[in-house]
Amino acid sequence: MAKKTDLMPGTLDMLILKTLTRTPLHGYGIALSIKRISDDVLTVEEGSLYPALQRLLLQGWVKAEWRQTETNRRARFYTLTLTGRKQLSRELSQFDQMVAAIGRVLQDA
Amino acid sequence: MESLARFLNKLRIYSHREDFSLELDEEMAFHREQREEDLREDGVSAEVAHHAAMREFGNAARLKDQVEEIVGFSFETVLQDFRYALRQLRRNPGFAFAVILILGLGIGATTAIFSVVNPILFKSLPYPQPDRIMTLQEIGSDGSHLQGTFGMYRGLLERTRLFESMAVLKPWQPAIIGTRAPERLDGQRVSASFFHVLGVAPALGRDFNAADDRRNGPNVVLLSNALWQKHFAGDPAIIGRQVTLDDSVNDAPIQRGSYLVIGVMPQSFDDVLAPAAQLWSPLQYDMSTEFPAWGHVMRTVGRLRPGVSVDQASREINELGQAVLKEQHPVSYGRHVQFITSSLQDDLTRSVKPALLAVLGAVLLVLVIACVNVTNLLLARGVQRRGEFAMRAALGAGRSRLIRQLLTESLLLAAIGGAVGIAVAKLGVRALVTISPVGLPRVGTIGIDSSVFAFGLGITTLIGLLFGLTPALQAARSDPNRDLQQGARSIAGGNRRTRGALVTAEVALALVLLICSGLLLRSLERLIAVTPGFDSSNMLTMQVQTSGHRFDDNDSTFRFFDQALEAVRHVPGVTTAGMSSELPLSGDLEEYGAHFEATPTQTADSDSVFRYAVTPGYLETIRIPLLRGRLLNDHDRSGAPRVVLISESIAKLRFPGVDPIGKRIGIGPDDGQPFTIVGVVGDVKQMSLALNQSEAVYISESQSWFADSAMSLVVRGRGDAAALAAAIHQAIWAVDKDQLIERVATMDSLLAASEAQRHFALLLFEGFALVALLLAAAGIYGVLAGSVAERTREIGVRAALGASRSNILALIFRQGMRLTITGVAFGLIASIAASQALVSLLFGVSRLDPVTYLGVIVLLIAVSAVACWVPAWRAARVDPASTLRAG
Repeated sequence: MAKKTDLMPGTLDMLILKTLTRTPLHGYGIALSIKRISDDVLTVEEGSLYPALQRLLLQGWVKAEWRQTETNRRARFYTLTLTGRKQLSRELSQFDQMVAAIGRVLQDA
Repeated sequence: MESLARFLNKLRIYSHREDFSLELDEEMAFHREQREEDLREDGVSAEVAHHAAMREFGNAARLKDQVEEIVGFSFETVLQDFRYALRQLRRNPGFAFAVILILGLGIGATTAIFSVVNPILFKSLPYPQPDRIMTLQEIGSDGSHLQGTFGMYRGLLERTRLFESMAVLKPWQPAIIGTRAPERLDGQRVSASFFHVLGVAPALGRDFNAADDRRNGPNVVLLSNALWQKHFAGDPAIIGRQVTLDDSVNDAPIQRGSYLVIGVMPQSFDDVLAPAAQLWSPLQYDMSTEFPAWGHVMRTVGRLRPGVSVDQASREINELGQAVLKEQHPVSYGRHVQFITSSLQDDLTRSVKPALLAVLGAVLLVLVIACVNVTNLLLARGVQRRGEFAMRAALGAGRSRLIRQLLTESLLLAAIGGAVGIAVAKLGVRALVTISPVGLPRVGTIGIDSSVFAFGLGITTLIGLLFGLTPALQAARSDPNRDLQQGARSIAGGNRRTRGALVTAEVALALVLLICSGLLLRSLERLIAVTPGFDSSNMLTMQVQTSGHRFDDNDSTFRFFDQALEAVRHVPGVTTAGMSSELPLSGDLEEYGAHFEATPTQTADSDSVFRYAVTPGYLETIRIPLLRGRLLNDHDRSGAPRVVLISESIAKLRFPGVDPIGKRIGIGPDDGQPFTIVGVVGDVKQMSLALNQSEAVYISESQSWFADSAMSLVVRGRGDAAALAAAIHQAIWAVDKDQLIERVATMDSLLAASEAQRHFALLLFEGFALVALLLAAAGIYGVLAGSVAERTREIGVRAALGASRSNILALIFRQGMRLTITGVAFGLIASIAASQALVSLLFGVSRLDPVTYLGVIVLLIAVSAVACWVPAWRAARVDPASTLRAG
């Protein structure tokens, strides 16, 4: 198995939630979207994606329903909920603070 | 933290587990298909795209596992692991059984022994400031411990500055009469401050005071809670009532009468000085008619003032004691008497401490051996299961999951082993209390010690966890591919070495236990071989006690015993009979001072000797040999010249090179008429077969300075003497039906009882040594059997290359014997060190006794040879063709 770029710990949930702000997506779609938008830098492993989705479901931040795809196949689509949206903004502001802090440290060095 | 929403979501999934699983499968399948499609669109061939998608997706089973773990409740996986563990154990019942048995025995035995030893040796006495309670004793010139005299107690009490209070006490066995059938009770005659020394006050009523403890003082009694409940139904109105007690067994003053109940002791009160005591009465010592400077029969206790050390007290008592002696024995003062002041706790445990500590050491060794054995079994099993774990890792079991699985298995084993351990400990404690020698202090407080049990369980669980985990860690670290291919055949050399070392340790520890029990066994043999100085075989003994006012004068007492003896002699089947105030090896201890006149070679001197007041016929019946002179006969009565027989040891010590016949000695009170020596008889063991204290005098009962109210009857008959007991009872009761007959026992059983403590230690050691031997043998067998199974292929190759069966047999056999011999070598060194702890329990055997060492080594090697033989024989049967083909 090829070495993949590791995500910063704790960022996967945030990425998934962010991806779902635009439109409901199925698991494969989420992985593809993250990969494409990050210009192939971020690869989400299936081994982390599906456990993460279940975690988000349990928390009630996303909800899932079975729908038809454009190619007429049945797939489980995930939709961001209201509490999920709130959680995302909380995580984003925390992330921003952290990035800013890291930036200051790096500039100073 | 689990929020409510989360919990409800989990609950929903839990109730639709099937659907959830199917949906997850479908979702993952969709993912793979979508990826495959995308790859094909990029121009990759169908087959390559399929495989790439599968590979990229990775291990679906593991992924599903992970997801299910997230949405599942944590108890689910625990249950799963538990079920799997049970299945594993059931699939390999031999292993499970062995581990559980070893754990159970190890934990159980340790807990049982420690539960017994702990309250006796380590728990402090149930009194306030127990370390301030002291006992005082004298050491005679021969090094023997003596109780104090009343005179000494009075002398010390007047002079001491460091003791807050002091008390003397002696046993008392009155019969309680009236409320129910007469019953003989254990009690104590104590001086007024006894309970103050202990720091205990009655729960009801009042304590004794000085006015109670005077000559001709009032008859008052304190009851134990148990006696109060049993005879008086716990009625508080008992205080101030009279009870009738008959205490005529005691020398003087003889009393049968009414006693005023002045108090009841608390339920929690435990009289460690007389565990069976149920009532207490003031001593009321009569200084005018008794002989306070004589009779070492008073147990002396005292309570130190706060802040006084045992050393200070010891110095004071020695100093004051010498002054008292000088005052009381102005003529004979000068013999070497020393005083020992020790804490009551030490005094109570002194005699049993070495045996108990040795037993404790032994059981700890057994626990270590059990742990080593379990470790070995777990390691062996780990090797066998490498294939299984590699398989499960390959099928997607995560490392943490494997470890948790093994933890569950180990904990399950430990839990079952612990349950067995509790059962063993319960049975063990009960058995130990039952077989414990009489006189083991504080047996009543013995119960299962929960902290020890927790300790034993903790240790074994820890071992289980540590060594049970090894295979999981190895599996997680190693390459599943190789392990799968090689299966259980591959064995890490390190592992095999570890197990070899463990077996060596087991053999060494087993050798230590075997040698210790061998030494104890030899000691007991030697002791049994010691002749007590008389012929114990086929002889019945019993104690006859007088009671009632008609024995207030000495003559009627003498007359009763004479008549009773005469009646016994006429019982059909009785050949000889006699009576003595003191019976050897029965626990009787009656010592008096003997005063030897100055001779040309020796100055006048006093010493304490055993006093036997006997009837004619006693020495003949018990068969103590007459060495010189004559025995006592019917003419040696009161009024006739006082005569005495002395033991051979006195003759040698006091009359070296002189004929003692015709010489005179004073015995007992200083003012009495001296006794003329008419004979020398053989030495007798009075206290214990192991003690050489044997200076004794035999006087005629009717020439004694007081009448003993209890005499021991010894009877020999044609055939079995024990069978005569009933007829003898009848004969004595025909003389006077009110007299008590107690302590009926054959002399052989008294002999055995006198060595009960050594026997007890030996019994436990033998048990532990046997367990250790079996465990060591099982360990050797296990390692070799495992090694043969692992090396089947190698052995097949050797056989194919021309090794004969005997070659292979020798190969495996040598491997096992090498472990044994190494273990024996280490064990020898350890034994030489460990036997030091046993020295005080040994008798007539050096702790380095070569016969024991050699015997034990031969035994151990023989047993391990058998354990080696079986796997070696199996190895020799290996069919080269089939193993090579199978490989």
